[in-house]
Amino acid sequence: MEVPILKQGEFLIATIQAALSDADLEQLRMALVQRVVRYRSRAVIVDVTAMDVMDSFASRTLREIALMIRLRGAETVIVGIQPEVAFAMVQLGLTLEGVGTALDLEEGLAYLNQKFKTVN
Amino acid sequence: MARRDSPPRGTTFKEPSTAELPRNEAPPELLRELVAHLRQNRTHLREEWLRRISETRLLTAMTKEEIFAEATSVYDSYVEALETGTFEALTSYARNLSERIIPRGVETHEVIGIVLLLRDVLARSLFAKYQADSEILNRILDAYEPAANRIANTVAVGFVQERERVIRQQQEAIRELSTPVLQVRERLLILPIIGVIDPQRARQLTEQLLRGIRTNRAKVVVIDITGVAAMDVTVANHLVQTVEASRLLGATVIVTGLSPEIAQTLVTIGVDLGKMNTVGDLQGGIEQAERLLGYKVVPSSEER
Repeated sequence: MEVPILKQGEFLIATIQAALSDADLEQLRMALVQRVVRYRSRAVIVDVTAMDVMDSFASRTLREIALMIRLRGAETVIVGIQPEVAFAMVQLGLTLEGVGTALDLEEGLAYLNQKFKTVN
Repeated sequence: MARRDSPPRGTTFKEPSTAELPRNEAPPELLRELVAHLRQNRTHLREEWLRRISETRLLTAMTKEEIFAEATSVYDSYVEALETGTFEALTSYARNLSERIIPRGVETHEVIGIVLLLRDVLARSLFAKYQADSEILNRILDAYEPAANRIANTVAVGFVQERERVIRQQQEAIRELSTPVLQVRERLLILPIIGVIDPQRARQLTEQLLRGIRTNRAKVVVIDITGVAAMDVTVANHLVQTVEASRLLGATVIVTGLSPEIAQTLVTIGVDLGKMNTVGDLQGGIEQAERLLGYKVVPSSEER
């Protein structure tokens, strides 16, 4: 299932709506990395609220997305990780190091707005 | 009368849960004689028993009068259990007795000790009475010993079960008491941890905290471990995991109140706390949290 990517002002918002196969994740990674420059976006928000499992591949892909997007000159925030998922992730050692996180979409937007306000 | 065909004595120990003594275990007239003997010599045997109890310095937590009263009840229930072969009354009495004496610090060895003493006192009196005829003595002992062992077993098991029940109840109480997640400001939670952290409790703490972060939409969490006396590798790693999991939910964690001993332990065992935000005391932690959230606390006299 393809993940819809919305353009919202200076940000791109990708909302994952169901469990994703590895191929879907790779497709998402390519799509985001291409569009972030095409739309001249300053940040990408990936909403994972609907994911009730996060395996090591998904976690690694999210981290790679964040690192690649930084190389393309933008920020990444992962939002909506469920408490149980977060707990399971740290137990597996998947801590998304160096990637911004926020409670939900609203928090993620607030976080980015705050960040860009202080930069400018 | 049929000879008993139940397993030999001793094996009765293996089944403490069977409350009913098989009625064909001993010829009833022997049991009746036995019980009559114990009833007749009640005062004398009880005195002898009490003397042995104080001699061996058991039940020092109780007064002489209390021991006397309890001993009388125990003696009577004992004889009754011998007579009827049913142990319900004795079991419930043992449980009731345990409930009363456990809070006063009576130990397991004391309870088992006094029941075994009673068994010995009664056995001695049987020896004394029937020593002339070893045939009858043997048959009386055949009737007496399995029942007596069963009684000792019942009382001991009742006491230990009651003790374990008390311990479980207290553990439960501690567990429920010990993990409040409190909101002190909009988007600021504190989690004061007091006492010993075992892996189960650590897990529960983390789950409660993560749920609290979500429901209160918290941005900053202060975990205060002033009340934690010691920390080992497992618990330290769990703390690190809690911090990381909270970050995945978008919350910053500040750990406060690390004692010098814990700091030393953590450095010695080499737990990486580099990613952790630590402040000396709870007040400092809350102040830093307020700075992160953009609050500024000003005394009202300095306003304007």
